[in-house]
This record gives sequence, C-alpha cells and structure tokens, in this order.
Amino acid sequence: MKVLYDVIIAGAGVIGSALARELSRYQLSVCVLEKENDVAMGATKANSGIIHGGFDPEPGTLKAKMNVEGVPLIYKAAKELNVPFRQCGSIVCAFNEQEANTIKDLYDRGVINGVEGMKLLNKEEVLAIEPALSANICLALLIPSAGIICPYKLAIAAMGNAMDNGATLIRNFNIDKVIRNDGAFEITSVDGKTVEGKFFINCAGAHSDVIADKAGDKFFTIIPRNGEYLLLDKTEGATVHHTIFQVPGPEGKGVLVSPTVDGNLLTGPTAEVSCSPDANIITQAGISKVVNQARKSVPGVNFRQTITSFAGIRASEKNSDFIIKASDSVAGLIHVAAIDSPGLTSCFAIAQYVINILKDNNLTLTEKEYWNPVRENTEAFREMSYEQKDEYIKEHPEYGKIVCRCEGVSEGEILDAIKRNPRALDVDSVKRRTRAGMGRCQAGFCMPYVMELIARENNVALEEVTKKGNGSYIVTGRI
Amino acid sequence: MNRDLICIICPRGCKMSVDVPDCTLSDMGKPGCEITVVGNSCKRGEVYAISECTNPQRSITSTVRVSNRENVMVSVKTKDTVSKNKIFEVMKVIRSLSVEAPLEIGDELCDNVAGTKIIATKKVE
Amino acid sequence: MDNIVKHDVVVIGGGPAGMAAALSVWDNGVTDVVIIDRETSVGGILKQCVHSGFGLHKLGRELTGPEYAAEYAKRVFERNIKVYSDTMVVDINKEKLVIATNRQGILKIQAKAVILAMGCRERSRGALNIPGTRPSGIFSAGTAQKLINCEGYSVGSKVVILGSGDIGLIMARRMTLEGAKVEAVCEIMPYSGGLTRNIVQCLEDYGIPLYLSHTVAQIHGKDRLEGVTIAQVDENRQVIEDTKRYIPCDTLLLSVGLIPENELTKMADIAIDPVTNGPVVFQDRQTTVEGIFACGNVLQVHDLVDYVSDEAEIAGRGAACYVTEQQKDSSLVVDVKPGDKIRYVLPQKLNVNNSQGKVDLYMRVTEPMGRTVFTVCDDKGNLLSKAVKMRAMPGEMEKITVDLSQIGSAESIVVKGEAGK
Repeated sequence: MKVLYDVIIAGAGVIGSALARELSRYQLSVCVLEKENDVAMGATKANSGIIHGGFDPEPGTLKAKMNVEGVPLIYKAAKELNVPFRQCGSIVCAFNEQEANTIKDLYDRGVINGVEGMKLLNKEEVLAIEPALSANICLALLIPSAGIICPYKLAIAAMGNAMDNGATLIRNFNIDKVIRNDGAFEITSVDGKTVEGKFFINCAGAHSDVIADKAGDKFFTIIPRNGEYLLLDKTEGATVHHTIFQVPGPEGKGVLVSPTVDGNLLTGPTAEVSCSPDANIITQAGISKVVNQARKSVPGVNFRQTITSFAGIRASEKNSDFIIKASDSVAGLIHVAAIDSPGLTSCFAIAQYVINILKDNNLTLTEKEYWNPVRENTEAFREMSYEQKDEYIKEHPEYGKIVCRCEGVSEGEILDAIKRNPRALDVDSVKRRTRAGMGRCQAGFCMPYVMELIARENNVALEEVTKKGNGSYIVTGRI
Repeated sequence: MNRDLICIICPRGCKMSVDVPDCTLSDMGKPGCEITVVGNSCKRGEVYAISECTNPQRSITSTVRVSNRENVMVSVKTKDTVSKNKIFEVMKVIRSLSVEAPLEIGDELCDNVAGTKIIATKKVE
Repeated sequence: MDNIVKHDVVVIGGGPAGMAAALSVWDNGVTDVVIIDRETSVGGILKQCVHSGFGLHKLGRELTGPEYAAEYAKRVFERNIKVYSDTMVVDINKEKLVIATNRQGILKIQAKAVILAMGCRERSRGALNIPGTRPSGIFSAGTAQKLINCEGYSVGSKVVILGSGDIGLIMARRMTLEGAKVEAVCEIMPYSGGLTRNIVQCLEDYGIPLYLSHTVAQIHGKDRLEGVTIAQVDENRQVIEDTKRYIPCDTLLLSVGLIPENELTKMADIAIDPVTNGPVVFQDRQTTVEGIFACGNVLQVHDLVDYVSDEAEIAGRGAACYVTEQQKDSSLVVDVKPGDKIRYVLPQKLNVNNSQGKVDLYMRVTEPMGRTVFTVCDDKGNLLSKAVKMRAMPGEMEKITVDLSQIGSAESIVVKGEAGK
C-alpha cells in the first residue's frame, strides 16, 4: 500500500533536518528523501560551524531576517537536542584603515539588523582578550552573541528527534523524476523507488537548482563554491577563544580561525567556484591560502599539528540571498535554496518561515498531543565522573571497552550510534556521531573494529560495510 | 660476471660484491669456478651471496583462515627457504589449505611443497 | 568504584616492549608487576607482523612476529605475571595513579613505578594534506596489514604505496603475494626510510618500482579511490608540475612514519623530546617524572623489535631498582646532545653520580652517509668515545658506548658523526 505523505522534503542537510524536526510537532506525515547514505552529507558536513551574530547580511534581506531570528532559536533547539555548542563570541579584525572603516559600517549594519551587544574594540582592548591576534590589528568588532556548534551533529540530532516523533527518512534516494498530478507529487528515484506526497519542499542544497528543474520550476542557478579547511589537534584548541574573522569580502567571510566545540582549532575556508556540487576537493593552492590567510590574523597558528584537511560545498546563488518561497508555477512546491552562510545559524528560523508558507498554502497544522522536543544526550557517558562511569559500566559492560583510543570512544557509544535514529550505517557516519576515528590517528587503529560492529549489528558481511555509502567499500573480499 | 648485492640475512644490510665465474651451474664452486665475495661482515653473508647468484632462496610467510573458528586467521611460514622462482607456486598451495583449530606453533599444515613444509606460526585454541 | 588496587610496578602496554619490561622487572626481583593491555591477547603489533626477520639478535634465530611474541608471552605466563587484558589505561598522573577501563568497570591502580610501553601510531593522511577527494581505499599500511593478516580480508587489487617505511615495503610484498598488483612505491625523500633488506626482498624480488623524490600529488575518486597523480619533488619537497603522472589504482597505502603514542605521558607532565616525540629519559629509561619509565616505540621509533626488547630490559631493571630503593643519587646530571649529522641521541640525560660502567647511546643520522666516524666529546672538547661504521642510514639506529667514569665534571656531552676517510 502506498503512503501519501503530507510533506516530502528533498535533502537531509541541516535545513531539511531542522524542518523535519519542526514539522514533527504537528499531526502530519513527513518524509525526508536523502540521496546519500546518511544525513548531513552535503554543505552541512563540512562548514565552519559558526552561529553568526547577524551583522554581515545586508539589511532588509531574507538573510538578515533569518540570521537574527535564528540565533535564539538555534541555541534553544541545541539545548533540547543535546547538541553541544558554545557561545564564545566572534571578533572581526581590521588590519588597516580601510578595513577599520568597513568594520564601523558592519557595526552600523548590525545595529540595523538588530544584533545586540556588539562592541568596537581598539588594539589594546582586543589584544587583551585575544593575545594571539596579530599585532597589526588596528580595530576589532566583538559580537558576543556569536557561537560555535557542530553542524552535522545538529542535523543528525534534529533528524533523529524528527524520526523519534514519527518522521520517515529514506536514504540513498537519488531523485530522478518529480511528477505532479491529481494534487500530489509522485517522486521517483534513479533506481525506481517511488514516494508520494501533497507538499514537496526542495531543501537539496547544492543540488536545489537540479531538483527545481525536475519539479518543473527552475528559475535560479546554484553556483557551488568549494571551501577548504584545515583542522588542528586539540593541543591547539586554545590558541584563540573567540571565532576570529577577517573583514568580509565579495566571496564570503574570509578565512577564520576558531576553536571548535570538540576542542580542536579550525582554520578556513577558501571560497573557490567549484565545477561540481559534489566536488569536496582539497587543493594545494587552497591549503596554502588557508595557511597564509589564517596567519594574517593569528600568526602563531601551529599548522604542524594539522590532523586533517577537508573541503565543503556552499550552495551560493548570484543574488546572494536565500530563496525561500512557494513556487509561482507548481502548486505545493516550496523552494528552500541558495542557503549559504549564515544558513546554519538560520536553520530553525528558516523552518519556521517554511511552516508559515505551508499554513498560507492551506496545510492544516494541528499540534500533536504528545511531542517530545528532547533528544537524549548521546554524550552523557563522556561527561560522567570515573565513579559514575564505573557504575554505568557494571550495568552496560560495552561502555568499558574503548574502541577509539585517540578520542576515547567506547564500544557502547558506537553501538548507540549504530542503533539510534538516524542509524549510522557506515564508518564515516559512526565517526560523525561518536568522533571514533576523528582523532590524531584518523581511524588507523579503530576502523577494523568499527567495521565489525557495523557488520554485526546490521547482519551484513564485512565487504558490505562502506566508508560513506554507495561504492565506497573498504575491503574487497576474503583472502 | 660481477654482481653487487645487498645482504638480506640480517638487518645490517652489508653491501657485497660477488664475482661469479663463467661456468655452468653444476661446476660452480669447483676448482677454477670459485665464487668470490667481498664486503660481507660474516660467513652467513658469503653463503647468502653464493646462493643468491646460483639458486636464490626465500622463506615465505602468509596467513590461512581457520575453518572451524569464526574470523580467525592463523599465520604460517615455509619451514625452510624455497627457490625464489617457486614463491607463487607455494602461495597457491597456501591459499588452497584448509586448516582446523586447535593449532600449535610449528604444526605442519602441508608436508611437501617445493621441498619443504608449511607450518603454523601462531597458536589457535 | 571499588578500592584502589596496589602494585609495585605497572607496565602500560603488552607488546614487545611491555612484555620484555615486565619480565625484566620480575627477573630483577620485583614480582609484584602487572601488564595492562588493550587487546585480548598480548603481543601488540607483532601479532599482525606475520613476516619473518625478528629475533636474530635477541633469540638467535629468525622468527615471525607472532612467534617472537609467543616466545615472550610464554615467559610472562611462566612467571605468572598478571595481565589485565582488554583494558585501556585512560589516565595517569605524577603520583603514579593509573586509571584504566574494561568491561568490568573502572580500575584504579596505585603503582610505585610505572613503565610506559604504549608503542606508536602511524602518521595519517590528514597530517599529510594530500590534495584531492576523500574516497575509501586509502589505508595506513598498518591498518591494511591488520585487515589482511588478522581479519583475513583483501583491501584492493591495484595498489600505490606512499612512503618507503618498513611496513609499507612489507605490505608491498604481502599484497603482491595475495594477488594484488603494486604499481609503485613513492618516497618523498631522496632515500628510503626502510631497511635495505626490505627493499631487496619486498620490492626488487617482485619488480615493484621505487620512485625516490616522488610523492602523491592528488587523490582521485568519489566513492572508492580511482587513481592517484604521482610527481617528482624538488629539493624543498615541492611537486614539480611537469612530472605529474596519473596511475589508476583502487588502493593507496600510507607508510609515512610512525609517531610515539604519548597522550598518557603528557597527562603525567613528563617532558617530551621534540625530535623523538617520546619522553626525555635517563640511561635507566626513567623519564623526568620520578618512578615513571619508558621503553620501546613510545620512547623512540625502532627499526627492529630485538632492540625494543633490549631497551625494555633496561627500563625494567631501572624500575625494579627504583622500587627496591637501589636508585643512585641523581644530583649530577649530564645532558647528551646531538651534534653534526645526528638527529637525536637517546638517552638525552645521564646520571653520573656514583655511576660506574658503560652506557650505550642510541642515535640516528640526519642523512645517508658512507663510512662514518662517530665521536662523543664533553663540553671541553675531550674525546670520550669513538666508533667507526662502514655506512649509516637515517632508517637504521646506530649506537656508541661511553664510559661514565670518564665524563667527570662535564655539564653536557655531544655526539657527532663525520664522514670518515
């Protein structure tokens, strides 16, 4: 029997996941289609993880509105979903008079956008709170409301919470056709699966123009931009205490230096126009640019402690504002596209905005009698004292076995990631949920055991365990 | 013929120079057909050099799945060295082996391949 | 948590270093010694090193890794030395309180002395910043070795290896024997980091090309690795653009160095040598924290397990002496410094008070050298020791002996290498 979903969401990035979670409060059937083997595999997987204060977007734009509205909403949701975040504040640095003037403009812009608590700091003031900054700094803007959060953990938690509240996630669903007939969408995947729904919401990130085209309403083009990052070891995590920005330019907010929630130091990104929405390519030029640019604001960044480099994709568009609107031509189709920075900060504001569009389009929204906004804290074990851990292990012996030595991840935590919504089906998915394999040895030691656990829990052969779904197999057969 | 060799008997890796006379293999070493080795630090180096120039030998190590244990491999080796040109022949035999636990170090898993035996190098209970 | 358990000596790690250290502690009269090991059975990385070449120096015969490990495991069991297996140490401090975890719970052990023997880990791709995509099929050589030798799975059929460290060379042969085609081994340095014998019997025997001064310049493939671009590098190790060449392959193995695993060491505030990445030690392998010793690859990356066992015996003896309070007055300390052509010397410090006898200094040269004269001089220029080697390679550890009684009142001594005539 075929289900007719009330709402189908294309794309399980942080936007699709936040929207699914917010929709799961209502008496609706919600289905999320994701082309990859896990949520958060596109732009969400690899970005700066910054909760932006909101001084940057041009006043009056959707970006400005979503950003400023989004800040309190993301902090609230992160608390409910037990996603770690830190309101560490951000600092924008000016190194010459021209940049100093830009910073003053940004301050004014922030005031218009409604950003609270901003402060202009002179050289002495800023060096007092961030001594690692370059001595060339002449003026700085402090935004205390800014923070850091792990973007994919937020998406995973939001989707998990949506699923716990009844939403459906279908993975490896690569949309081939979107057909609208009899007041419903029939959506077919490349491999022939079909789902049907009344509303179709395009949250497909860097692919949102392709999906718009398939749905018969393409009026924008995504220009994917590749952003490269270098992640440094936890030994460097305290190099700076705020997120350090340079003065934003036409390509984005420039290379930042920031602590991460997990205690590492993040530097990047570059912003090169990419040939492909799936590229995620690391280049020699990109790496050099990150190193040089980061040193401009923080000369002492110790790149010898780099543990990994990665690249993420940003779904930019030529008008550089978010596109969030019901289709002019296809009833029931809603686009949530061109969500580049500050998309993460805005995700729950965007979800609310989309819900209002749905209301306007006569979707009946009745709140569920019981909706659980809370996702259990998956990091609870980590935070326990030795005494508490000892008691917990006596009840749950699998938490006593450390699988990932670098990050101290136990078998119990890995099994939890494999079993809890949205279930981790591959090695990278386990890594994003538990950090197993994310440390200094980058899974050299723990990968074979993590593979065994995935194979065992899913009752599949080791050959079928992948790094990240599709054809990313790891072992090729038995000897 | 003069050949330069690096000794692989021990990790010291002596650089040796071997003078191989122009004789048939069967005459090699007989009067007038002596092989001379220089650069070695010990007798074993000389033995290796002569063998390497007449009939090079290697020991082979590998692993074999233990059929009555789940996901357990036993490591194995040739008991003696074998001719270098027999390596893949020996590997073929090793790959075809079916072994069962319990196994002790030194247990024979195959009693005749290329003139030697395949033995276990690990205990499996 | 139950009571704190007490032991005279706790050895962290049950690999070759840990086993030899525990045996040495026991054989020096301290029988309350335990080993904490994260795996189900002792032996450490030796269990996956199924190739031979172990034991010639130490046991007088050539063994495979599992056999060498079994020999030491037998001795551990003969002495009834307790092994906490499947147990991971998560914390230690200066007071030698060791905290570990296993399926039974959290374990607190108060030791009189601790021997660090945690070994090392492989340098990962992340630390190399190789441009390109992030597909599957990229393994550190040791991970591939574990999957193949211990789990019994093949990891690919067309292989490129980056780095000519010993594990990479061994794996080139291993994968060839299992039917894979190894297309190339690339080494960024102008010389190999592996033992010469491994280049001969793992590469030359199978016609596998070794490209010196080459690196992997780009990784290709979305899901599984599809190929790599290799290229020659200049003297600054920068890629020379017009030497780039594409090699299709489904597997890339990385054998680009080992790093001592000193996370626990740092927790106890022990000084680390920035060159070895291991603790600074005295000749008894005591670290800068009294009663904590170190040996094996956690201290310095060795080329040969036999030398690991030797070093562990020194540390074991040191720990036993410490526990039985036979320790010598440590007021007179001499620094041992690397001079010309020497990358590091270990131990980095010597206790010379009341000390007699000779101490072996272990070192690595900075570059490949032919005939080399090694000398040890004190800070006044007096020659203390001299040794001549026919050749010296960075990949092969060298040793020179000094007589402590000759050091006298020097504050430091310097070890140098010089091209000999």
